[in-house]
Amino acid sequence: MSDTATTMSSPAQPLRFHVEGEHHVENGTMLGFWLYLMSDCLVFACLFAAYGVLGRNYSGGPTAAQVLELPVVAINTTLLLLSSITYGFAVLEMQQNRRGPMMAWLTVTGLLGAGFIGLELTEFSHLISIGAGPQRSAFLSSFFTLVGTHGLHVTCGIIWLITLMVQVGKKGLIPANKRRLMCLSMFWHFLDVVWVGVFSFVYLMGVLP
Amino acid sequence: MLAHPDLTQLIFGRLTIDQLPLHEPIVVGTFIVVALLGLALLGAITYFRLWGYLWREWFTSIDHKKIGVMYIILSLVMLLRGFSDAIMMRAQQALSFGHSTGYLPPFHYDQVFTAHGVIMIFFVAMPMVTGIMNFVMPLQIGARDVAFPFLNNFSLWMTIAGAVLVMASLFIGEFARTGWLAYPPLSDIVSSPDAGVDYYIWALQIAGVGTLLSGVNLLTTIIKMRAPGMTLMRMPVFTWTALCTNVLIVAAFPVLTAALAMLALDRYAGTNFFTTILGGNAMMYVNLIWIWGHPEVYILVLPAFGVFSEVTATFCRKRLFGYASMVYATVVITVLSYLVWLHHFFTMGSGASVNSFFGITTMIISIPTGAKIFNWLFTMYRGRVTFEVPMMWTVAFMVTFVIGGMTGVMLAIPPADFLLHNSLFLVAHFHNVIIGGVLFGMFAAINYWFPKAFGFKLDPFWGKCAFWFWVIGFYFAFMPLYVLGFMGVTRRLSHFDDPSLQKWFVIAAFGAFLILLGILSMLMQFYVSFRNREKLRDVTGDPWGGRTLEWSTSSPPPKYNFAFTPCIHDIDAWWQMKQHHYQRPQQGFLPIHMPKNTGAGIILAGFATVFGFAMIWYMWPLAIISFAALIATAIGHTFNYNRDYYIAADEVARVEASRTELLGHV
Amino acid sequence: MSEHTQPAHGDDAHEHDDSGVGAIHATLKGYLTGFTLAAILTAIPFWLVMSGAFAKTGPADALILLLAGIQIIVHMVYFLHMNTKSEGGWNMLALVFTIVLVVITLSGSIWIMYHLNDNMMPWTMQDARNQP
Repeated sequence: MSDTATTMSSPAQPLRFHVEGEHHVENGTMLGFWLYLMSDCLVFACLFAAYGVLGRNYSGGPTAAQVLELPVVAINTTLLLLSSITYGFAVLEMQQNRRGPMMAWLTVTGLLGAGFIGLELTEFSHLISIGAGPQRSAFLSSFFTLVGTHGLHVTCGIIWLITLMVQVGKKGLIPANKRRLMCLSMFWHFLDVVWVGVFSFVYLMGVLP
Repeated sequence: MLAHPDLTQLIFGRLTIDQLPLHEPIVVGTFIVVALLGLALLGAITYFRLWGYLWREWFTSIDHKKIGVMYIILSLVMLLRGFSDAIMMRAQQALSFGHSTGYLPPFHYDQVFTAHGVIMIFFVAMPMVTGIMNFVMPLQIGARDVAFPFLNNFSLWMTIAGAVLVMASLFIGEFARTGWLAYPPLSDIVSSPDAGVDYYIWALQIAGVGTLLSGVNLLTTIIKMRAPGMTLMRMPVFTWTALCTNVLIVAAFPVLTAALAMLALDRYAGTNFFTTILGGNAMMYVNLIWIWGHPEVYILVLPAFGVFSEVTATFCRKRLFGYASMVYATVVITVLSYLVWLHHFFTMGSGASVNSFFGITTMIISIPTGAKIFNWLFTMYRGRVTFEVPMMWTVAFMVTFVIGGMTGVMLAIPPADFLLHNSLFLVAHFHNVIIGGVLFGMFAAINYWFPKAFGFKLDPFWGKCAFWFWVIGFYFAFMPLYVLGFMGVTRRLSHFDDPSLQKWFVIAAFGAFLILLGILSMLMQFYVSFRNREKLRDVTGDPWGGRTLEWSTSSPPPKYNFAFTPCIHDIDAWWQMKQHHYQRPQQGFLPIHMPKNTGAGIILAGFATVFGFAMIWYMWPLAIISFAALIATAIGHTFNYNRDYYIAADEVARVEASRTELLGHV
Repeated sequence: MSEHTQPAHGDDAHEHDDSGVGAIHATLKGYLTGFTLAAILTAIPFWLVMSGAFAKTGPADALILLLAGIQIIVHMVYFLHMNTKSEGGWNMLALVFTIVLVVITLSGSIWIMYHLNDNMMPWTMQDARNQP
């Protein structure tokens, strides 16, 4: 910022106490959104803590090893990881201002996300059908809430993705839309980070003997 | 309708005519008074044709100054409600001895103390702190607004939505009878099947959204929008405390959200987080809620510390003593506040190792706090102290807060806590720090920054009356509770058998009566000041000889705050500008880029209120519709890209010229 | 006020290149590296657990947590473009602070609740509760 008065002005030259001309303020959206994500991270921390404390309270009901199916989780993890890289490709296209390919990659990302949600819902409905619903024990309550909250976030991400695609379709890749796409990118990758915690802490460590 | 009970139930859920407290004379009386006052207010607004003005200039405003003022109005209105609860409790406890059962049955008394705690913390202290930060902080850092002006408006209305739900519980159904933190198993669906706890949950969740977003917003503002030259170590101390408070808000409120969400799931979906059966563990709720709860008290008190720093420096005509140590103390308190939460449940049985860890961390917090007290004292030492009303509150704070802090250290000793926990000693302690710290700080802030907000000072005579009634009343009301606590009296009791205790409760009730006079004096102060506003007018923009940037603007500041963004070279930026005989620029104005007003915030919060109410009463169709409307409105709002405008250069020139003219008259 | 105002020039007249987006330079190489590392770090623990390679829980838990930690760092660096420079270091500061709080919340809760259970609940009850 060249128009900023420096502190070290010589005494002969009076200090300048205001910016001559327009002072441009940096946009805070990306930082603000990151701060929001940090707060979201703490919501998940509490749900993880609840699972950590209650996760072995089976209360005579099914145990984690009995009900959690790792192959399904492996497929789900793959879907989410793939959706992360496809969103990355969309960002690369966005940087080149290529709207068409970007929209294509976003569509793929959304479909992968939808696949993830679909599989998760199938898993949930299966669990409920065999009597392992969230009411059965504290373990299942904390399991459903933690995994479900993550799924809810992914669902919100998909709705946001669709909204943004409509907006890019209407307005093009204007700076405001690019910024929104980058916020959603952060959100999407952040959910991936949370999922790493979920599959490690809940699924893998849960089914260990 | 009545012919189709199923349909009625579908629409109205469990809300029936019996839920209206028509058989309770006290509540009906209150309702009549509130309704009459409300109708009179609405009638007056309509009569003076103020709806359009209010909607355009206030409700939809994204101006941080107006939003700050609205937060404070909310907090003052809720203070009246919270204090009514307080004086009802004091009266009940003074009367209810032996054969006399007082006038409040336990069913009501329990709601009253729950509502008192919830309202005072969430809807008095929080909005007051947020309001002051909103108003002052952008001015102090030389910014024209906050980072996300629309979010600011939305946050305000979400907080109001929560307050509306709490107020609704007074007349429709009932409020929680669980204490202000709603511990399970008492708050679970088996023990509290009625709507009270649901009111609690939804009011706090909706207001919590507002609080969290406001935290993100103000934090981003401080990080991104400081005027050139204002490095971190040149920020005014109030801005520093605002920074730390908002860090705490962003980091603590998610924990409350998560804990309340799990409680809500237990109540609505039949999960078993905190139940006593099927592996649930109620202590986990206590653990989580205090991970939020302890930072929360620092969220409240840190800005008050900031206010005292500003007030002390201004009214001692001296730079604040130990600026750097003040900053470090604030940061240390911020971090430590996450390491002490267990001291709220020493007696729950985590054992010696855990208790001693948290006891020691708790005691450590008193070190930075003590450093702050010494900094203020050394600022006063050999300063030219003028005892204006804000400074009087500051001195009262120093005395009162030290007493409260020391009783806090007593409670931090686990073996002592085993005797004192859950007693009136504890009640006296936290009122001692919250009233003596937060409330005195906010009263100092209101007296200090009122001329900045409205262009005229508050009347000092009634300010001093309020001060003396409040301070003396405080000591009368709470010192007896320390005594009673030592005598083993537990909190939240509505009846006592031992007549020898009565005299202490009568003294406490007398104290509450003095505080009532203090509150009335405050209202009188606002009225008298408004009536004599021409005599109290501040045309300089700097009525106290201030040191920080907010005093460099006019009172009230123009919409855009600063015609030219200031450059900062020192901690006390405005003081330095005055020392250098800084001349305001008179020409060369440029168009100023500003955000546009929007009604989206109030509409979204309206849907949120309906959604909360529908969830409380199990009105599922209404809940689904209002939630869908909420989401649709939010998405619709993102399609509005046209959110800003330019204030034309000649408009800026006109405003600045009128200020120059005013200054010329001095 | 509105009578003295003029509309902004178009939607994004005020938008300059520092809208926050320009600061991030994603590269294909970065994404592919991140994806490969993430895939490997996911595959190892899944394989270890699904193949039944572990006889004991203790070391397995530690290894899974370690790999998860590394994978989270990989995601942060390659997908979230985390570095000490972005937003003047505030992003990193916020992240470190959050991680500290997450660790405090998790370990503190588990520590406290373990001691509570240990002290306050007879073993017979705990056994009954944890029984499969």
